[in-house]
Amino acid sequence: MRRIKKRVLLESQKLLSKVNFLNIGKLTIKEAADALQNKEISVIELTEKFFDRIDNIDDKINAYVSICRKQALADAAEAQALINEGGGGIMTGIPMAVKDNICTETIETTCASKMLGNFKPPYTATAIEKLRNDGAVLLGKANLDEFAMGSSTENSYIKNTRNPWDVNRVPGGSSGGSAAAVASGQALFALGSDTGGSIRQPAAFCGIVGLKPTYGTVSRYGLVAFASSLDQIGPLTKTVEDSAIVLNSISGKDPKDATSIDSGIADYTEGIKRGVKGMKIGIPRQYLSGEIAVGVRNKIEAAIDSYEKMGAVCEETSLDLADYAIAAYYIISSAEASSNLARYDGVKYGFRSSNYKNLLDLYKNTRSEGFGAEVKRRIMLGTYVLSSGYYDAYYKKALQIRTLIKNEFDGLFKKYNCILGPTTPTTAYKIGEKTDNPLEMYLGDVFTVSVNIAGIPAISIPCGNDESGLPVGMQLIGSAFSEKTLFQAAYAYEREHPFAIAPEVQA
Amino acid sequence: MNYEVVIGLEIHVELATKSKIFCGCTTKFGGEINTHCCPICTSMPGTLPVMNERVVEFAAKAGLAMNCEIANFSKMDRKNYFYPDLPKAYQISQFDLPICKGGYVDIEIEGKTKRIGITRIHMEEDAGKLLHDQWEKGSLVDYNRCGVPLIEIVSEPDMRSPEEARAYAEKVRLILQYTGVSDCKMQEGSLRADVNLSLRPIGQKKFGTRTEMKNLNSFRAILRAAESEIQRQSRVLDEGGVITQETRRWDDDEGKSYAMRNKEEAHDYRYFPEPDLVPIELTDETINKYRESLPELSHERVKRYIHKLGIPEYDASLITASVKTADFFDDTVNSGADPKTASNWIMGNLMRLMKEVNTEDIPFGGEMLHELIGLIEKGAISNNIAKTVFAEMFRTGKTPLEIVKEKGLEVVSDAGELGQIVDKIISANSKSVEDYLGGKQKAIGFLMGQVMKETKGKANPPMVNKLLRDKLELLK
Amino acid sequence: MKISFETVEYVAGLARLNLSEKEKEMMVVSMSGILEYMDKLNSLDTEGVKPLEHVEPMSNVFRKDVVAESFDRDSILANAPDKEEGAFRVPKIVE
Ligand SMILES: [Mg+2]
Ligand SMILES: [Zn+2]
Repeated sequence: MRRIKKRVLLESQKLLSKVNFLNIGKLTIKEAADALQNKEISVIELTEKFFDRIDNIDDKINAYVSICRKQALADAAEAQALINEGGGGIMTGIPMAVKDNICTETIETTCASKMLGNFKPPYTATAIEKLRNDGAVLLGKANLDEFAMGSSTENSYIKNTRNPWDVNRVPGGSSGGSAAAVASGQALFALGSDTGGSIRQPAAFCGIVGLKPTYGTVSRYGLVAFASSLDQIGPLTKTVEDSAIVLNSISGKDPKDATSIDSGIADYTEGIKRGVKGMKIGIPRQYLSGEIAVGVRNKIEAAIDSYEKMGAVCEETSLDLADYAIAAYYIISSAEASSNLARYDGVKYGFRSSNYKNLLDLYKNTRSEGFGAEVKRRIMLGTYVLSSGYYDAYYKKALQIRTLIKNEFDGLFKKYNCILGPTTPTTAYKIGEKTDNPLEMYLGDVFTVSVNIAGIPAISIPCGNDESGLPVGMQLIGSAFSEKTLFQAAYAYEREHPFAIAPEVQA
Repeated sequence: MNYEVVIGLEIHVELATKSKIFCGCTTKFGGEINTHCCPICTSMPGTLPVMNERVVEFAAKAGLAMNCEIANFSKMDRKNYFYPDLPKAYQISQFDLPICKGGYVDIEIEGKTKRIGITRIHMEEDAGKLLHDQWEKGSLVDYNRCGVPLIEIVSEPDMRSPEEARAYAEKVRLILQYTGVSDCKMQEGSLRADVNLSLRPIGQKKFGTRTEMKNLNSFRAILRAAESEIQRQSRVLDEGGVITQETRRWDDDEGKSYAMRNKEEAHDYRYFPEPDLVPIELTDETINKYRESLPELSHERVKRYIHKLGIPEYDASLITASVKTADFFDDTVNSGADPKTASNWIMGNLMRLMKEVNTEDIPFGGEMLHELIGLIEKGAISNNIAKTVFAEMFRTGKTPLEIVKEKGLEVVSDAGELGQIVDKIISANSKSVEDYLGGKQKAIGFLMGQVMKETKGKANPPMVNKLLRDKLELLK
Repeated sequence: MKISFETVEYVAGLARLNLSEKEKEMMVVSMSGILEYMDKLNSLDTEGVKPLEHVEPMSNVFRKDVVAESFDRDSILANAPDKEEGAFRVPKIVE
């Protein structure tokens, strides 16, 4: 082992001169993998470069809540050894960030909550295990809204993450740390989790690509549950192709997750470059009307024109139930959350209040002191809608509407290959701008939540910037297991409109 | 006033799987605290349950054995409440779509058959155990039991006396043991009953208010708790009071029950479908396969023993009262023993030994009893010696031959050796010898006994008899 | 639906949350606002619609009844805020 490391070190010194021309802010997984395989750079050098960048700029962005330098360098050495032997694949040596609600053995997994401030799981999430088996290198854990509840990462107990495009603005959420890390060049890609838009919305706000896979495609084992029937892990990347590459690594049936599925798709990058000629794209009129910012609407309309020029058939359609999705979503997700978060009681792990005389005190004080305001509000809402007398009026009703929403999507996918619209009604807002009104914050999820309710996949890709220079996100929605179609459509657009990098953060 | 008693039982039974319901940890009883645990059964964040297929099979088989309808579609639900023995703060159980519904069990009571309805049987996970530490300021939590698979069998309120409740519980246990889905070891708490009991004036249709007595883990406790609760409730009613619907805890040592501290929202369990587990669909084909694979149940065995093996009804019902003794009997007969001889040994010696050490387990197979019977029939050991050997087999699990050899218990059939002993006895008991010679045939019995005593029972009795008669004849 | 102060107290009890008087009052306001918004669902007729519990049309996902090695006790207890003699410790429980 030591010998391998020494050899690696020597080789990396030889390669040092070549490194400098790599702009890691712009670097993609694809490019990095090529450079690593061609020995233009070593894994250790690449990893060090990312740590240097984190050291230099993350105090301005606050993307990470913890860094695992030692483990990362050890993993990097191993990855390099593999490459030197002529082995490894596209993921070998690729540095990543992981949202801190995905469990990593012996590394703190906090969910950005006081409740789990010191929790070190004795196991690793399946998605991370798969990536590490493929050779990816974990740089650190990324910030989020506490227990993934929020849309701005302002609900983190640890710190506020800032948007690399404007540090006075939110990065979106709840995977805000993951999105900011990728957009600011502090990781080649990141994993996030998406319960109602938590990957796609921060991807849109930060000008990167975010995918919410079909429910069941990626194992949830090791993802700290928020709303079990809606949660999915997915990649945040700079490009569409990178998104497909990461999905290749993390997808698949997992015996540890009964709801995981074998999608039967061996390679998500296959056929990605086929173009959109003849593709039928539906645009629900509800997605371009109402409370949507002009800057966002303009960019989406321009994207529609662009698709037509590329040969797609774009057609206005209707998603009548879009209006009801938010209410149904907040009922279902809060109900499940109230149950999923009941285990944080100060007995087995995490925070325990020091103020108690008996068991009831211990429970109540631990939970009141350990959870933040938004988490408590969701627990209260969820407990209420499940409590006797209200179950039928709220919870059951929401599940019935879930059926109707799914049926409506099924109907649309008989006519269209995919559905297009904005990811969010506005671009990134100022930190503190919406914290006083939870309902207003919830309404920002209007375009994303119905996808989780129906269990279908959706991707958000950058589609230009608004008048203030902030990125606009375009969302493409497909039927269950149609990720390849989404990648194909998204790639076609990206080829015409290459992604832009956030302006350099002043160190 | 005279009241009619109305009793319904909820019986929780541990299933005989090797691993827990949602993870691979062992279900073995005992073990040091918190050593049969993993992140899943201790409910660490991010972990997920995966259903053990055996649990579904066993639950369905239990339902079939109790004449239930098995659901083609069934699902798991969450029952939410906080308690330290429940690490997720919800129990994965079944709410509106249990796996079995609408069955019955026939019990024998005062010589008559009575049918007790089964409302439902559902699958769920067991909780952990709280150890109340007297010298410490806190309670300790052990999660070894957490996630052990259970079925909960809910009866109709069809029982009308504590005796019926007891008979029903015993019958349920017997059925489950025969079906092989549970060993129902009461000492290990693998069968526990909650007794729901109410009184109503005779003739009244409407049920009275009921109380629930939790976690009774012996048949005696079921009987006594019900008797005590009848007394308590009639006293309250006679004094013009009302019964409060409540959960009570039975203290078997004191023979008294106590109302448990009433949590104000105790019954708002907020059940909802478990999103981490997919539904269970059993086709008619699968259900039939389960039905066909059900082993012979106790009443079927009673019939076979009487009609095919020619065993008296009394013997047959006694032997089938436990699946262990019934299986043992079958083994003994199948290895070639005479059925009546085998049943005599089981009802006499075996059951006495089992009772003495209070066990349901038999440490050797039926073929060993057959071997022992064979030794008697060959004349290698006497009946009396055989009883000693049997007790030793029960204690050590050794084979009859091993024990006979080790302890030198073979019958002495050496004519020379026995002749010397007989001579010794004759010369030492002149009175009896005279009696015999004087025509008292009975005196030879005494002399026989003395020889047997001298040889510690090892002498071959027919041989001793012949030697004695021959030698006494010479003295005439 | 508007919810009352008492309902907030009841629900907080169920959820084992200790809310201050001020927090309860704020909860009344924010929960009422959200629940009123949710009431828009009532304008949809869902008579006879089957509730969608699982988005995937899957059933019968089982594991075999095979014993796997349990975890080392120290790792199970490593995160416990209070432990004693190999067990998690809680305040004395009176039944
Ligand atoms: Mg139960
Ligand atoms: Zn376990």
